[in-house]
Order: sequence, then C-alpha cells, then structure tokens
Amino acid sequence: MRHHEHVRGGRLWRRDHLGSDADRAAFRALHQASLAAPALREGLTTASAERAIRHLRALLGTPALAITDTEAVLAWDGTGEHHLGQAAAVALLAIEKGGTRTVDRGQLGCSVGGCPVRTGVVSPLVVEGRVLGTVQAFAPTPTAGLVRATEEVAKWVSGQLELAELDAHRNRMIEAEVRALRAQISPHFVYNSLNAIASFVRTDPDRARELLLEFADFTRYSFRRHGEYTTLAEELRSIERYLLLEQARFGDRLQVTLNIAPEVLPVVVPFLCIQPLVENAVRHGLESADQTGHLRIVAHDRGHEAVLEVEDDGVGEDPEKVRRALAGDTELDSVGLGNVDARLRASFGDDYGLVVETAPGAGTKVIVRVPKFAPGVSA
Amino acid sequence: MERADVPGLVAVVLVTLATLAIGTWGLRFSRTTSDFFVASRTVRPGLNASAIGGEYLSAASFLGIAGLLLVGGADMLWYPVGWTAGYLVLLVLVAAPLRRSGAYTLPDFAEARLGSGTVRAACSLLVVGIGWLYMIPQFEGAGITLRSAIGAPEWAGSLVVAGVVLANVTSGGMRSVTFVQAFQYWLKLTALLVPAAVLVAVWWGDGRPGGPGGGDGWSNPVAGDGGIGLYTTYSLIAGLFLGTMGLPHVVVRFYTNPDGHAARRTTFVVLALLGLFYLWPPVYAALGRVYGDRLVTEGRSDVLVLELPRAMLDGVGGDVLTGLVTAGAFAAFLSTSSGLAIAVSGVLTQDVTSRLVNEQRGVPAFRLAAMVAVVVPVVAALLVRNVGVAQSVGLAFAVAASTFCPLLVLGIWWRRLTDVGALAGLAAGGIGAGGAAIATLAGYAPGGWAGALLAQPAAWSVPVAVLVMATVSLATADREPPHARRFLVRLHTPESLGR
Repeated sequence: MRHHEHVRGGRLWRRDHLGSDADRAAFRALHQASLAAPALREGLTTASAERAIRHLRALLGTPALAITDTEAVLAWDGTGEHHLGQAAAVALLAIEKGGTRTVDRGQLGCSVGGCPVRTGVVSPLVVEGRVLGTVQAFAPTPTAGLVRATEEVAKWVSGQLELAELDAHRNRMIEAEVRALRAQISPHFVYNSLNAIASFVRTDPDRARELLLEFADFTRYSFRRHGEYTTLAEELRSIERYLLLEQARFGDRLQVTLNIAPEVLPVVVPFLCIQPLVENAVRHGLESADQTGHLRIVAHDRGHEAVLEVEDDGVGEDPEKVRRALAGDTELDSVGLGNVDARLRASFGDDYGLVVETAPGAGTKVIVRVPKFAPGVSA
Repeated sequence: MERADVPGLVAVVLVTLATLAIGTWGLRFSRTTSDFFVASRTVRPGLNASAIGGEYLSAASFLGIAGLLLVGGADMLWYPVGWTAGYLVLLVLVAAPLRRSGAYTLPDFAEARLGSGTVRAACSLLVVGIGWLYMIPQFEGAGITLRSAIGAPEWAGSLVVAGVVLANVTSGGMRSVTFVQAFQYWLKLTALLVPAAVLVAVWWGDGRPGGPGGGDGWSNPVAGDGGIGLYTTYSLIAGLFLGTMGLPHVVVRFYTNPDGHAARRTTFVVLALLGLFYLWPPVYAALGRVYGDRLVTEGRSDVLVLELPRAMLDGVGGDVLTGLVTAGAFAAFLSTSSGLAIAVSGVLTQDVTSRLVNEQRGVPAFRLAAMVAVVVPVVAALLVRNVGVAQSVGLAFAVAASTFCPLLVLGIWWRRLTDVGALAGLAAGGIGAGGAAIATLAGYAPGGWAGALLAQPAAWSVPVAVLVMATVSLATADREPPHARRFLVRLHTPESLGR
C-alpha cells in the first residue's frame, strides 16, 4: 500500500490511489464475496444458490460452476449445461469421501467439441460437521490453484451458511420466547377469574355469562398460534377483556383510566407486548393492600411514532431491579419486562426499547415508543 | 382600525382559538373501562374522510377557483373537477393496497416495496419539494386574505399564518389531529355554503340580473388558442387526476384506516364531500360576473370570495358574511399548511435532522425540522409574488403526478419494478416537472408552445416518467426485489382472507 501517495499528491482520483494490482485483485474478490453474501445468508436453497452463483463464479474465474445440495443441482452458471446431470454424481464423490476431490476427463466424458468442462474440482459445504451440499468448479485443465481456490470458496460459503443457521436459530428463539410468554398467563389469573365469575352465577347470571365470554375471547387471543405481530387495536381489545375480568374480581379497588388517540390504533406492534406491562401495573397497583389502585393507559399520536404509557400508583420498584429485569434477569418478579424490551428492540431497533420510570413508593410508569412503519414488520 | 376590519379580525381570532382548543382538548376527556370499547374503536371512514377533506381543501380551493373561473371562464372548472376526480383514481388504483402495505409515508412505501434506502431518500426529497411547492400558495393566500379582511400588508398575513402553524406543530399540539381537520372541513363548507345561499337570494331579489353573457368564450370548457389550448387543458387534467395520490399530507391520513376496505370507504366518502364543496365556488364566480367585474379589471380576482358579500350587501349582513368567508379562508390555509408542515417535518425528522442532532433525539429534532419545514416556504412566498394561488398548487400536483403516481401505480400493479428503475423514473419526472415548476415560479414564461409546456408540464412529464421507470426496470430485471411477489400478494389480498 502506498498511503503517502494520496496524502502528498492530494489528487484522489489518481490510479495508484486504489493500490497495486494485488490490492485491486483483493478488492475485486472481496467485492464479489460481499455481493454473494446476502443471498447465502438466507440459507442453501435453489433461490439463494441462483442469486449467489454468478458472483462466486466471478470470484473463481472458471468457465462453469455448480452448487448442489446433497442430492441434486441447485444452480449452474457458465457454459456446458449438458453436464448438469452429472453434478449429482460428482457431489456424491465429495460427500462420501469427504474433503476436496478432483474429477478427471474420464469421469466427465464429453463429446461436445470446444466444451471447456473437461475436469472439475468438488468441495463440500460443511456446517457444524454436517455436509449440506457441494461447490463444483469446472475447467479445461486441472490446476493446483483451482483446487485451492475452490476449497477456500467452499469454506467461505460454509461460513455464510453457518451464519444463516444462526439467524434462523435466533428467530426460533424469539418465537419460543413468545410461546413462553403465552404460557405465562398466570394459573392464578385463570383460577381467580373463574372464581370471580362463579360468584356472579347466582346473583347476576347475565354478567356471569358476559364475563365467561370475555374470558373465552381473552384466552383465544393469548393462545393464538400464528403471527409475531398484531395491531395496537387488537392488543388493546385483549387488555380490555383482561381488565374487565380483573375488575370483576376487585370491584372498585381497581380504577382504570384510558386515553387512547384513535389515530394510533392501526400501528403494528409485537404480539403481547403491552399486555404484560398492564398485568404488572395491576399487580403493583393493588399490592399496597386496602388501598385503591389507579391504573392509567395512554396512547399518543406523535407523527411518525406512537407513544404508549402504562402507569400505576402502586408500591413502585427499585430502579436497579428494573435495570436487571430489562437486562434479562428472569429471577425477578417483573414478568416479561425483559422479554417485551428484547422483542421491541428486535423489531424496531435499539432506539425503541422500554423506558421505565419508577422509585420505591412512587408508582411505576412504563413508556413504549413504536414507529408507525418499520421495514419487515406487518400484522 | 376601521369598522370594516372588525368582522375579519374576529373571524381570524375565533378560527385560531377553535383550532387550538380542539387540538388540545379534543381527546383529553378520560374514559373508564365500561366505555373502553369506545376508546379502542378505530377512526370511522366518515370522520376520516371529513379530516382528509379538511386537510385537502386549501386556499386554492376556497379562494383560487372562484377567481380563476371569474377571469378564465368554464375551462377553469377542470381545477375542481380534477381535484375531486383525483380521489377516484386513488380509490380505484391505490387506496386499499397502499393501506395494506403498512406504509405511513410515501418514502415508507418505497422502502417496503423496493427494499432500497436510496429510493427512500429520493422519495423523502420529493416529499419535501412537493410539500414546499404546495405551501407557498397557502402562505401567499394568507397574505391576500388578511390584506382584504383587515387591510394588513401582504407579508404580515403570511407571517401570521406561518407563526400559528409553527406554534401548532412544534408545541406537540394537534393532539387529536383527526378531529381538528374534520372540524375544518365542515367549517369551510359552512363558510362557503351559507353566504352563497344568502347571496343567491339577494341576486334573486335584485331581479336576477345577467352577466356579460357567454359570447367572450367564458363558457367554453377548453382553453382558447387551438392546439395549445387543448394541450393546456389536457395537461391540467392529467396533472390533477394523477397528482392527488402523491400528496404527502393526504397519504399519511390513509394510515388511520384500520384496513384496506376502510381505506376505500374513506376515499368514497371523500369524493362525496369534495363534490359537495366544489359546487359552490362556481356560484361565486357566476355572481362575480354580475357584481364583481371591478376585481377583474383591478387584477384581484383571488379575493372574489372575500369581497363579494360586501359588494352585494350593505350593513351588518355584509359584515357577518364577510366574517364567515374570512373564517373559512383562514381555516383553509391553516389546515392545509399544518398538514403539510407535519408531513414535511416528519420526513425531515426521520431522514435528516435526527441524524444531525444526535444527542437529543425525538422532540428537539422534530422542532428543528418543523422550523425548516415552515420557514423555507414562507421566505419563498415572500419572494415569489406573481403566480396565482390555484396555478401554483397545480404545479405541485404536476410534480406529484410525474413522480409518485408512476411509483405508486407501477409499484402496486407491476411486479417487475426495480429500485434502479424507480430511481430513474423519479429523477426523470422530478427534474422534468420540478424544473418546469421552478421556471414558472421564477417568472420565466415564454410564449407559444414552450410556455404551455412549461406552465402545464404534466402531459409530457408523466408519460416520460412512466416510460423511463418501466424501461430501466426491464433493463435491470436482475435487481427485482426478491420479496416482490410476496409483497404484491399482500397488497392485493383482502384482510378478511386468512389473517
């Protein structure tokens, strides 16, 4: 590298600003690799292989390149497509014997004149010790350089596929967390609700029936299987049912105030991201016995964002404990606070985490900011 | 201050106070759980349509059309027709899919559809440009109105409205924007309809005098001058029909609809409400032919609606009606420029100032953006003084029609649109129509065909933008976003099917 050149010369467009031939070759290779990476990060499929293979062939500079899974060809780029049928057999060679193998003229047997697919190099794609497929490079003559290059490319592709598996793994983790949150509908809540409903069966059968229907709808929403996201309107409807059931139990001890701007109701939020906050607020608000618990739920329209506040006037919490709950410490009793925070950040980015304002004896206020639009987020 | 200024002053103060009051307290009454279901109800199409009407009916509609009709005659009826029919195009091609895309702003739609930050940035730039182009005539109209109502110099009116808008937007006020805007629609309709009814009665009482008749081409629906006139008329129609869907302050209101079906219903009601409103400016123009010829010779046709009541009625009656139309006109630019200021400053916050102001996110960045969003068009309005209110709004429509219309229609109905194609099309349409608009605003007006092509660019700039967008997309077919097919299915599938 000749760093001093562009410092002294000051003419940035000068040719040698880009470095020597070797530098430029390295830049080209890295650029091709970066073009292939996004496709491979989706995992090994026909679609991803077809999008990545062009860049990989440019990287290797061979007349033909194939990507296979363990049984069939996923993509072929370059000339000599009449060899497509042989790729599966070639793949088997690498899968069975392991490591990078060469294929000679005899095995590829070609009668087409001028076909450059005479010899080949096949290298397996290995992720966590498992062979997922192969990369096959074809050339008129075998060279040690091609063998080495093919092996390196296969290793790099394997690395990208491993990252893809990690991504998928992370998504499965988030899904599992949502499932866990659903399972967290407290057995106490079910038991207490049914008891409260039972107390109305004789005195006020109509109300008992209404409450039972609310209970049924509440459970149906909370146990919903599909979809990571929902609208704020749906989430608030479920919260309404929850609060009706809690009010049936606590009567006037639970006072609820709502102030919802209708403009924010279509906003898309992660499924069950507000309800845990309300449950916490109800619990904290009523914890100080023989007192009335006040609960306030507010939703503001702020242009391209919606702001939600869930506030109680209960016992409050030590800010340090809340910090640990947000950091993921599950030992604490702030159910789901860390989970909600993590899912909001995963959906909208780190700017959109939970904000909790609390102190012992001073009540708790949880503030959620949600953008009205985020790429990839839809109900 | 003279007695004649009192009704106008009272009207302006009342409208300002009512707007601020509804904006601040509209939703402040609290609810208990027993009527929580009311709270969680989404905005109904009727209310939302009123709000869209309130935001949409600008100074150009309230003042401009009557003035244009008075001077130009029936070919100017294409303005109200086009401003209404734009919603028909929106209803048929865009409303429901746009809502289902989940986009809040036009840049959001571009990003969701094409997955490209560059196209998003280009759209943000265009939103700001169109918003400013649209705000200039609003501030200009404010100047005209306050001069006519209370004799203030023109710059004062622009500054007063800009100040109110800025205060409204930056205070984080407008808490219940929907109610404020819906109120503005009905205020504007009343302020136009009631005086019109009274004035027609007066005209009837005068023995139904006739105007100069239609012999001067006043009743001809196509502008004069043969081929050029025909081109001008068609170009105007194209720009207005296709431009509505690209107006930033209209599009954000569609997000308030709970689903695609509601978006269609809303658009349908908007069509009815606008149709009802636009019946009345021609009445003013027709009466102006009889009673307001003085304004034509003085070149002040834009104030026809404001001065007609006094020209026809003396005493208290004239004062009250003048107060009413002044209130309507003031509401017109207050609501439209507030809506535009919010839309423009929202885009500026998201894509510009929140990156510049790193330390203080949120409100300070939004305030800075709101300042920029309002100050630039005010300064421009003070500098540009020669273009009629309706014509310069027409230019904003032409730019929107040449940029966002192709992007939305192709983006919604054509799978093969690519990011490069969209960018090329936006550039072609934006530079073409935008350049023509800036030239016109700067006062460059050659005669003949060149002048017509610059003053009404839509008829050539829209096809150019569509062609460029489609051709470049086909040439860069390998850049078709991988999720295009899935995304289009989502746009066109009714929510009732498997959600």
